Amino acid sequence: MRARVRLAGAASGVVLALGAAGCGGGDASTTLVVYAAASLQAPFEELGEQFEAAHEDVEVEFSFAGSSTLVAQLQEGAPADVFASADTATMDRLTSAEPVDFASNTLMIAVPAGNPAHVRDLASLAREGVDLVVCAPEVPCGAASAKVEDSSGFTFAPVSEEQSVTDVLTKVTSGEADAGLVYVSDVRRAGDAVEGIEFAEAADAVNTYPITTVDGSAHEELGQEFVDLVTGGAGLAVLDEYGFAEA
Amino acid sequence: MRTLPRWVLIPALLGGLLVLLPLVAMAARVQWDSFGALLTSESSLAALRLSLQTSATSTLACVILGVPMALLLARSDFPGLSLLRSLVLIPLVLPPVVGGIALLYTFGRQGLIGRHLEVLGVQIAFSTTAVVLAQTFVALPFLVISLEGALRTAGTRYEVAAASLGAKPSRVLSRVTLPLALPALLSGTVLSFARALGEFGATITFAGSLQGTTRTLPLEIYLQRESDPQAAIALSVVLMIVAVLIIAVARRRVPL
Repeated sequence: MRARVRLAGAASGVVLALGAAGCGGGDASTTLVVYAAASLQAPFEELGEQFEAAHEDVEVEFSFAGSSTLVAQLQEGAPADVFASADTATMDRLTSAEPVDFASNTLMIAVPAGNPAHVRDLASLAREGVDLVVCAPEVPCGAASAKVEDSSGFTFAPVSEEQSVTDVLTKVTSGEADAGLVYVSDVRRAGDAVEGIEFAEAADAVNTYPITTVDGSAHEELGQEFVDLVTGGAGLAVLDEYGFAEA
Repeated sequence: MRTLPRWVLIPALLGGLLVLLPLVAMAARVQWDSFGALLTSESSLAALRLSLQTSATSTLACVILGVPMALLLARSDFPGLSLLRSLVLIPLVLPPVVGGIALLYTFGRQGLIGRHLEVLGVQIAFSTTAVVLAQTFVALPFLVISLEGALRTAGTRYEVAAASLGAKPSRVLSRVTLPLALPALLSGTVLSFARALGEFGATITFAGSLQGTTRTLPLEIYLQRESDPQAAIALSVVLMIVAVLIIAVARRRVPL
């Protein structure tokens, strides 16, 4: 439904642009482009709707992907107005940014519904015969997993190191993996398909999410308003609902 | 004598630029002084080795399975043949990620066949076998169509002649049919290898990504892009060189 609405929006944008080109008139609405880490999809789409409701003639468009992918695109000049990253290290690669931390996320063990491999804690993940899937160390959730592994003293032998936390979650929900290390918010989002298991060592690798307006954005004020929405009370409430903690 | 209108040149040149310019742009971004070091890192070498091994294995599988398929499609006649031929080509037009999902529901741990293999203690998911399966799935049609087309064009005159002179079917196949179709077999094999080497979507969806086991060169490039774009570029150039070499070899054998 949403996709269709957005498609219609894009189509009307094209029509408007054509109209503007044709008769030199027409008032096209403003589009605010927000680049955000894949794990933020659900809360940000909800916040985007709130923002659109509060701002007539403004449309918020999202690009959700791995934070590192988004930074690479921004460095190559992608036209975004706001950027939210899943960790501070990735955000720091954008040298011009002055980010604000707005949420944090903790790792959790996710197992398929019914927990077929009887995973109980972090120690179970190191057990032979448990097919563990984690994020590759090159991406934020993988860096956090590596930190947890270090501080726990266990040695994991994952069967796969995925590109993003959503890929890890897919491997668990489909039952391909016996266990995966994902964020609390991912377990919440997956609903009944997975069961989440907390572990104490997760406190050693809390990911902080920073957000910033992007240098050179054409809608800097509007971008700042979106940042304010996310970092304000309404943002916190929505983020909390999806399993994110305060920064 | 000029038979083509002059304006054809303009879109043709634009098309040529569209193909060549991105390759030049990428080559221009390579930092040549660190090129060697980037390529010989442990993860790069592991990916290169795995890619060559799996592509060679899946190409072999393509030949073993694809040659009989092409023979049957080219030489038999039964209702539904043309439908069958279209079905064989599905992996060619299917987005690889869709192929990956289909393979997952076949050979994955909960899959149609994988479920039973799991009981027997055989696990395909997350193994190098999964990579080879994905590559074979996407590369097989290349061999089948090249060879089948050549067999049809060649016709059956020589085969009939050989048979009438007393040659048994297996002898006709090895002495007449296959030698005649050899150039097409070679180009089909080379194309299958190239397709297997470049396989990405089905592999990352179905096989996972682990250094030395399932992380082939395209997956390594995709991952390096996250943390070390220069390494990704260097590896991309290697794949580009391999692609050019493959085309050079294949073109000398037969006009593709």
